[in-house]
Amino acid sequence: MPDLPDKNAIEVHGVRKVFGTGETQVAALDTVSVSIRENEFFTLLGPSGCGKTTLLRLIAGFDFPTEGEILLYGDDIAPLPPFKRPVNTVFQSYALFPHMTVAQNIGFGLEMLGKPKAEIDARVTAMLKLVKMEQLARRRTSQISGGQQQRVALARALAPQPKVLLLDEPLSALDYKLRKEMQIELKRLQHETGITFIFVTHDQEEALAMSDRIAVMSTGKILQVGSPWDIYDRPAERFVADFIGETNFMDAEVISVAGDRATVKLLSGTDISATFPAGTTPDGKVTIVVRPEHARVVAASTKSALSGVIENIVYLGTDTHFHVKLADGSPFIVRQQNSRSGPCGFDKGESVGVDIASDVAQILKD
Amino acid sequence: MADAAEAAKNRERRDLRNRWLLSTPALLIILVAATGPLLIVLLYSFLAPGPYGDVKWQFSTDAWVSVLLERDIFDDTLSIADAHLTIFLRSVKLALGTTLLTLLFGFPTAYFIATRPERMREVWLFLITIPFWTNLLIRTFAVLEIIRNEGMVNSLLLDLGLIERPIQMLFTDFAIMVGMVYVYLPLMVLPLYASMEKLDFRLIEAGYDLYATRFKVLRRIIFPLVKPGVIAGSILVFIPALGAYVTPSVLGGGKNLMLGNLIELQFGQGRNWPLGAALSITLMAIVMVALLAYVRNAGSSEVRHG
Amino acid sequence: MARNFSIQRQTGFTTIAVICFVALYAPIVILVVYAFNSGSSIANWEGFSLRWFAQAWNNNQVIEASWRSLRIASAAAVLATIAATMAALATTRTAPYRGLTFKYAFINQPLMVPEIVTAVALLIFFSRIKVATGYSGLGYLILAHTAFCIPFAYLPIRARLEGMDLTLERAAADLYATPWQTFRRITLPLLWPGILAGLMLAFVISLDDVVITNFVKSGGQDTLPTYMLGQLRRAITPEMNAISTVFLLLSVGIVTLFFFISRKQD
Repeated sequence: MPDLPDKNAIEVHGVRKVFGTGETQVAALDTVSVSIRENEFFTLLGPSGCGKTTLLRLIAGFDFPTEGEILLYGDDIAPLPPFKRPVNTVFQSYALFPHMTVAQNIGFGLEMLGKPKAEIDARVTAMLKLVKMEQLARRRTSQISGGQQQRVALARALAPQPKVLLLDEPLSALDYKLRKEMQIELKRLQHETGITFIFVTHDQEEALAMSDRIAVMSTGKILQVGSPWDIYDRPAERFVADFIGETNFMDAEVISVAGDRATVKLLSGTDISATFPAGTTPDGKVTIVVRPEHARVVAASTKSALSGVIENIVYLGTDTHFHVKLADGSPFIVRQQNSRSGPCGFDKGESVGVDIASDVAQILKD
Repeated sequence: MADAAEAAKNRERRDLRNRWLLSTPALLIILVAATGPLLIVLLYSFLAPGPYGDVKWQFSTDAWVSVLLERDIFDDTLSIADAHLTIFLRSVKLALGTTLLTLLFGFPTAYFIATRPERMREVWLFLITIPFWTNLLIRTFAVLEIIRNEGMVNSLLLDLGLIERPIQMLFTDFAIMVGMVYVYLPLMVLPLYASMEKLDFRLIEAGYDLYATRFKVLRRIIFPLVKPGVIAGSILVFIPALGAYVTPSVLGGGKNLMLGNLIELQFGQGRNWPLGAALSITLMAIVMVALLAYVRNAGSSEVRHG
Repeated sequence: MARNFSIQRQTGFTTIAVICFVALYAPIVILVVYAFNSGSSIANWEGFSLRWFAQAWNNNQVIEASWRSLRIASAAAVLATIAATMAALATTRTAPYRGLTFKYAFINQPLMVPEIVTAVALLIFFSRIKVATGYSGLGYLILAHTAFCIPFAYLPIRARLEGMDLTLERAAADLYATPWQTFRRITLPLLWPGILAGLMLAFVISLDDVVITNFVKSGGQDTLPTYMLGQLRRAITPEMNAISTVFLLLSVGIVTLFFFISRKQD
């Protein structure tokens, strides 16, 4: 990963957005603050209704915050209408103008900025090349496929060289294979153009695959901001751990804290080492999370952190899920890669041990 | 801090002002050439008639009294105005009859269109729309040609030897009714079709699956589902039929009057503008009641289906 | 063997539908056919001829009334469409605001009131103004027609606007188009089919009007429909059929055009 400059492209300070009036008031954003660095691929991730699209619309200028500031390289842009902000949007529905050709769509922004025709033409050609659509410049937007429309939408938004590009779930309308392709394509475009991308999605896999940093949102609040690795392996809150991937939650008790590591006692009596969110000091009863792929099912005779009975075995091709009922009665899922062919060697109903890799457990904020 | 909120509020205010400015021409034209004059009609209905048409500027409720009552010239007593009552009743009777007949013919027609393959539906619908958009006077004239004494129907019956003398159809209530059913049929079919098009035929399959006969499916499943269309169509036919002017004056001759003709008469030979005004308001009131009933019904059925 | 059971079939419905279609078109077809009758009867066929078309063409009253009709309809349709387009822009794609329902009701008011009542109201109102101002030109008819054409023009324009994707305009604003540029480059081109449809509907509606025109017109201001209404009360010759045929062709032509324009859009 290249070193990111420390400059902030966007700073959101204490932004609140309330819809409706009186008793029907709904706070779509509840005092959100976040900084997005220059040249960063930043993702707003969360379930529908969490406020991620509202935040994007406030940055684009389609809505105005009830309270708070939005700074673009230090200037408050919150009161500006969208056509005065040097940010562009790739819409979920693409919003290509149906009465214009591909080239006319791409050139629209530059035309509105009053650029000379020669410059527009050159830039449109460059953009068509960037998104590999040179052949289709004269087509109507209704005459091209969904994937191609996606590329045109991207080219159109990139053509005026915005300071920040906003992407509102742009891949959600594409089928699985095309989506994978476009994920790589988007990363390439961001790298080549060096423009800050703010990407909105509800798809955690997409977010993990593409982002430099992710902000996980829920009910109008940002819960955690961090690199994909941070978000996945070191979730700070139950919602974050639960929303991204599969997780085992376990009760435990803190025994000691040393530096950035704590030692916790599990219900089975075993002590393991666990990490915790920065800025907190865990003590007493806590909840820890362990990802299913960080545990392993072993023979009952082997010394292991936990023990239980296999309730169900789900074969998924690349890996196998074991649903284990632990000795204290709580469920625990183990995911094991199928590194060789043939049955996994365990049976339903069998008593087994569950071993947890070192340094994988994370303590949640209470 | 509150810059953005302030800007948003200003934008909203400007937007609202623009919306009022934009609607002004339409509202003004309608005020001057439709709604405003209606208020003058209301005013005129409370004035006294002038000797040669128009009004005298003098408050009077005579016009309203004579809408339904008649003042005896000799002893000044009031009695029901038979002439007006007859025309009221005939208008309502003819309008209701027209509504019923258009429903009777329109329902199967709309159903027929709605059950065609999708591409053909548009064509059939177009065939219904064409008469709807062609001149009402011409269509009435076409009916007149058919039912005249020398017209197609009588000639055919005479040639077949079924009758010896032409049947007098023109200038009767029958002629008015035939004409109105003919000209207003598309108004019934269009809303009926609109609600039938949305009909989910899987519900009909379910009906048959649960042992309903064809007629029971029609009565218990199709009819309740398209009821909003039935009501809309009935209102759309009833209102113009009640106030019909062209069709009765062409096909009914001078004798068989409807409300529309009675109103016209007050502004022509009758020279009683206040009475004409009062009759107009009465007609409008009946229409408003019908519309209100419709709005209520549409509102409540929306709630039920929503 | 019995026919396969069709869930959609209802006994007798197809028969009634066919009767309806025949009954709708038969009178019109007969009317058109007798326009070409060489005899002067509209009941006995005496051979093919165009003499009644020629006679109508040479009838000054008919030609004058036709021109007057076209002039009024053109003026009223254009005015009504402009007013309706502006009103549609003002009443769609917005959160409900104070006065919105009032606007809907007001714009559709001419549809709610029986024509004869409006006609009488205009007769009263305009006769006063005629006396007061001394002006008795076509302006009254154009104004009256414009008023009752507005709701018809408003209908397709509003429908088109409501079906329009709001994000297109948002996208334009995002790409630095000012509100006016957005309107001219995005909204108006996309709205155009609706405006055209509204214009045509308004034109046909104005062309067809009898009742209101009959009450509002001053002496010597017959339109084609009011001229025909007057003639219908006298002895009828196939000249009426000839006039009607031309009139029908015009209306059907416009409506067909409308049909294909609106069909092409989806």
